[in-house]
Amino acid sequence: MCSVCGCGEGETDIEGQARNHRPPGHGHDYGQEPAHAHAPGLSQARMVQIEKDILGRNNEYAAANRRWFTERNILALNLVSSPGSGKTSLLVRTLLDRKEHRLMAVIEGDQQTSHDADRIRQTGVKAVQINTGKGCHLDAHGVGHALESLAPEPDSVLFIENVGNLVCPAAFDLGEAHKITILSVTEGEDKPLKYPDMFHASTLMILNKIDLLPHLDFDADRCIGYARRVNPRIHVLRLSAATGEGMDAWYRWVEANRQPGAPGGG
Amino acid sequence: MHELSLCEGVMQVLEDAARNQGFGCVNVVWLEVGALAGVELDAMRFGFDVVKKDTLAENARLEIIRIPGQAWCHSCAKGVEIRQRFDACPHCGGYQLQVTGGEELRVKELEVE
Repeated sequence: MCSVCGCGEGETDIEGQARNHRPPGHGHDYGQEPAHAHAPGLSQARMVQIEKDILGRNNEYAAANRRWFTERNILALNLVSSPGSGKTSLLVRTLLDRKEHRLMAVIEGDQQTSHDADRIRQTGVKAVQINTGKGCHLDAHGVGHALESLAPEPDSVLFIENVGNLVCPAAFDLGEAHKITILSVTEGEDKPLKYPDMFHASTLMILNKIDLLPHLDFDADRCIGYARRVNPRIHVLRLSAATGEGMDAWYRWVEANRQPGAPGGG
Repeated sequence: MHELSLCEGVMQVLEDAARNQGFGCVNVVWLEVGALAGVELDAMRFGFDVVKKDTLAENARLEIIRIPGQAWCHSCAKGVEIRQRFDACPHCGGYQLQVTGGEELRVKELEVE
């Protein structure tokens, strides 16, 4: 393994390039002597205090990514949701509406296929696809490699579309400024309670597909109330990427969250 | 199933410690897992048994230390224990809670030789 990702070497790839390098010291080369070679009755067992976070390695990569973004004044946003919430449609509309005003780039995470990156590239905005194989989330190391090939411009906004999964991506910091959970009104309004970790970790909840509300039993206010139970500080935007309703508030949110004093504001 | 990834993280911690502290075999791993860490303990135990094969922890036993969820209730102005993130304050029933503990995912100590 070259990162904390559990998907196994050779299963994660970025645009078809297998991520299979081995960092120095990776091998299991801790001594050649047979185990338990000590004399019976003279146990060499000892206690070792460790106090190390399991996610420490991922967090180191995430901190490096965060420094990289800060140096270039890039706003990185980590978009998380269930499959089918309309993440990619939201992104496509955002890119088409905003590409004249703001430099943007996209990292797409999916288990398989480059369909989403292909959809993004059709807007004229550059994108790179990370396929996680059997992995259920993006990790900071993979994102760091994607940045090398994507090379987002200084002062740009980078959208990272995570693997569709409301569980695992909550634990993995990618170095983003904010996690954004997208929930569509065709899903259950109690998802914030069913998957509290993700809503707790997010700065913003986007309630998507609100044009469908007249046809559904979805109680938006109740859903928002649930989200605020797990995260009293979470911001909420209601919009429809299909009709465009509410999209201006989303664009204002993105601009307001770019770092202060940023040059090249549009 | 990100528990498998987390177990890979445990192995990295063990391998780093083995290099730095000069041991070749791990007998017991004590792992602190907070109640709000989003970890399924059975999946963690399963994942540990999978990833420890052919490593310095091949024969290691996993001991999980549960850390309760803790929060500060802004209404009551005191610390309370919670089981899940969406729990109400056990005293006032409100939701103005700030999580203060129970998110730990940490290798605490090892028995090694």
